[in-house]
Amino acid sequence: MSANVLPEGLDTFPKLLARNATQWAKVPAYREKEYGIWQSWSWSEVAEEVNALAMGYVALGLNEGDFVAVIGRNRPYLYWAMLAAQAAGAIPVPLYQDANAEEMAYVLEHCGARFIIAEDQEQVDKVLEIQDQLPNVEQIIYYDKRGMRKYDHTQLTAYDDVQAEGRAGHARLEPVLKERQAKLDENSTCVMLYTSGTTGKPKGVVLSNTNIIASAKASSEFDNLNAGDSVLAYLPMAWVGDFIFSIGQSCWTGFCVACPESPDTMQADLREIGPSYFFAPPRFFEGLLTNVMIRIEDASPMKKKLFHMFMAHAKKVGPDLLDGKPVSFGDKLKYKLGDLLIYGPLKNTLGLSKVRVGYTAGEAIGPEIFEFYRSLGINLKQLYGQTEASVFITQQPDGEVRADTVGVPSPGVELKIADNGEVFYRSPGTFVEYYKNPESTADTKDAEGWVATGDAGFIEESSGHLRIIDRAKDVGKMADGRMFAPKFVENKLKFYPDILEAVVFGAGRENCVAFINIDLGAVGNWAERNNIAYASYQELAGHPLVLGAIQEHIAEVNVSVAADEMLSGCQIHRFLVLHKELDPDDGEMTRTRKVRRKLVAEKFDDLVSALYDGAKTISTETEVTYEDGRKGAIKATLELRDVAVVPATKEVAA
Amino acid sequence: MSDGYVTPDGRTIGGKVLEMRNITLRFGGVVAIKDISFDIREGEIRAIIGPNGAGKSSMLNVINGFYHPQEGEIWFHGEKRKPMKPYQIAKQGIARTFQNIALFKGMSTLDNIMTGRFNQMKTNMLAQMLWKGPAAREEAENREIVERVIDFLEIQAIRKTPVGALPYGLQKRVELGRALAAQPKLLLLDEPMAGMNVEEKEDMSRFILDVNDEFGTTIALIEHDMGVVMDISDRVVVMDYGKKIGDGTPDEVRNNQDVIDAYLGVDHG
Repeated sequence: MSANVLPEGLDTFPKLLARNATQWAKVPAYREKEYGIWQSWSWSEVAEEVNALAMGYVALGLNEGDFVAVIGRNRPYLYWAMLAAQAAGAIPVPLYQDANAEEMAYVLEHCGARFIIAEDQEQVDKVLEIQDQLPNVEQIIYYDKRGMRKYDHTQLTAYDDVQAEGRAGHARLEPVLKERQAKLDENSTCVMLYTSGTTGKPKGVVLSNTNIIASAKASSEFDNLNAGDSVLAYLPMAWVGDFIFSIGQSCWTGFCVACPESPDTMQADLREIGPSYFFAPPRFFEGLLTNVMIRIEDASPMKKKLFHMFMAHAKKVGPDLLDGKPVSFGDKLKYKLGDLLIYGPLKNTLGLSKVRVGYTAGEAIGPEIFEFYRSLGINLKQLYGQTEASVFITQQPDGEVRADTVGVPSPGVELKIADNGEVFYRSPGTFVEYYKNPESTADTKDAEGWVATGDAGFIEESSGHLRIIDRAKDVGKMADGRMFAPKFVENKLKFYPDILEAVVFGAGRENCVAFINIDLGAVGNWAERNNIAYASYQELAGHPLVLGAIQEHIAEVNVSVAADEMLSGCQIHRFLVLHKELDPDDGEMTRTRKVRRKLVAEKFDDLVSALYDGAKTISTETEVTYEDGRKGAIKATLELRDVAVVPATKEVAA
Repeated sequence: MSDGYVTPDGRTIGGKVLEMRNITLRFGGVVAIKDISFDIREGEIRAIIGPNGAGKSSMLNVINGFYHPQEGEIWFHGEKRKPMKPYQIAKQGIARTFQNIALFKGMSTLDNIMTGRFNQMKTNMLAQMLWKGPAAREEAENREIVERVIDFLEIQAIRKTPVGALPYGLQKRVELGRALAAQPKLLLLDEPMAGMNVEEKEDMSRFILDVNDEFGTTIALIEHDMGVVMDISDRVVVMDYGKKIGDGTPDEVRNNQDVIDAYLGVDHG
């Protein structure tokens, strides 16, 4: 479609890596905290490590065009494993590390990977568990040797040993690599990423070098990213965003990727690294803000007062200062003082003091949450994207940042809105195909290269910004023909710190009802402060005072929903608070924590009926899966409550 | 059996590290341990089990020198051990954990585990206060060993948390960390899984097996939970009322009539 968008000589990752190894030989490329100290590798060192591993792959019999599955948390070694696969003419396929053995079996079988790179014993065990379903698997390479001594090593090799073998045979293997790399060009497959899939089985999205490198180039230029920037890689490696940031943009601009010491230390590591470029889903920012507020509640009255006073001022002038709009001298001075006393130390504690470009995406973010970070002077912006687009569809330019839009089309992206409101795009990042799935490819991408996003939205005339309403297939009609957009309401609900997750039902019905998941952190702290005793999540979720608070939140949301002419029918009439958290292990959410609406409706069928038949309480039993795969059941009696709605007459009058 | 044996999972167990010969321990008129003999071999996981008050902890205290038996001999690495102070025994390469956690509550995880290196530090207090030359170097070396222990036990996230603020299961892990920091040849664990839930017990079992596998450390442990003991140990000593009533592999012990009686209860008259 768009030929030659890439500069000469920089159209594959082995070439980019070779350039970086000379141009930024001494510049740190990857960092990881280990044994309490940040270890770092410069670009020339990374090139050597990758090369050794690639030669080792070849020595073990990796062929051109093979898929190499990579499983584990964000670690430099695993990023190199992907770069090495490319260097050997193969295609990396990163998998979600928390996937269970069955989920993993599907993907590994679908791509037919012969080589698997597993981080440690835990991941190797998962692969071994399903090995008899995977006749293609020939080599499992593991990084962490701990606990691996007693395993049968006929098909297992340690990462170091593979590299050592590669180095030992370099005279023989180097020419093979050279020859393979010469055959790669901008149309070669760069990576295959499996979508998490809110419906059905995961699909393998094939992305070419053009897709990834062009997207990385355009987005790096959009935000002026350069070799001096740094990021913290902590989001799943199987997610397209991490591939773009930690491999694509990093290799393109030469910036440094830092990996946390362990998943639990992310917050502390963030603070130590102080990244200048940062990405997090709204959930992260919400959680962080909730934590800050909890700690402020526990602080001394003096500190509390100071915090609230300066935050009020930041709210007033902070976003304007960030956007470069005129602000009075007095206000500027007060903001400076606030920065010295409150904003600066707070940003430092959060690890966000150096953030020059911050993005959030994946879900809508609450306006208060968004404004909170922006008022502190953190340049948090929104973007809209998906795996099939190599991330970028729209993003917000500096100075045009708002909570309710997702920005203007990214450089090189064309947008169009179909008659039913669905958003379509076309760009150099547009995926090649779904692997071994021509029907789905044809359903999603038409002959001219337009891709259906599956989201309904519209382009705001005044600003040219895209606004997303909901998933196109979730937007429905209620019994009386009024529009039903569940996510629109759910997002409003989720902006309350008490509410972690909400699921709204109402398609084809007279009115809407909702399931609520409380946020244990926020509600638990509130309970502690108000001397409310509880023994379990379930007990807290069923507490009358908690239900009362949620009821008030929903009533407020109803008022705000009623103000929107198109969607006033989506007010919530009845609700219940679920007795368990929705969980990916139970299949209720995807691994990226998006609710599987249909499955939830089917699983809790009895609860939905109860909400509609007017019952006051309902007893239910739910099957749950524990982390180790065992199953159990939770029994609970839930209270169902009505919520005040704004009468329809008012909206007719308006 | 005198020259070691091979375990069902293929590990080779060496010669005797520690041998208890006819140990008797009395407190006044109370006989806590009565004429007990057994050995601990290099590289094995050796369990001491028994009902409450059987004398298990007393036995551990005899091994690490808190108590001195009135009768019997202790042979360590083929030599008869003279009566020693606990710190002297620690210097010989025997480290232990305690049933009711004995950590410094106000100190961080890191500092607590650092104390496990105390016996290996050679510079004097003045040099350490001045923080110059050998003292600084020595601390860095010891810190590295401690960091490896932290990494091994996966407690990086609580490195700087005061131990008193940690949940019980993690405190137990920190205590194991302190014992490991001493790089012991023989590790004594006093009820490492007491008071833990199923998940914590599984974690702890895995760490014990990994310590044994990774560092080749010989481990002697006391445990109440029969299931765990039978799963992870190579040989088991069973005590009841201060006497040894069984000794052998988990299977042998499980089928021993005296052991079954002690656990299920029969008339001891």
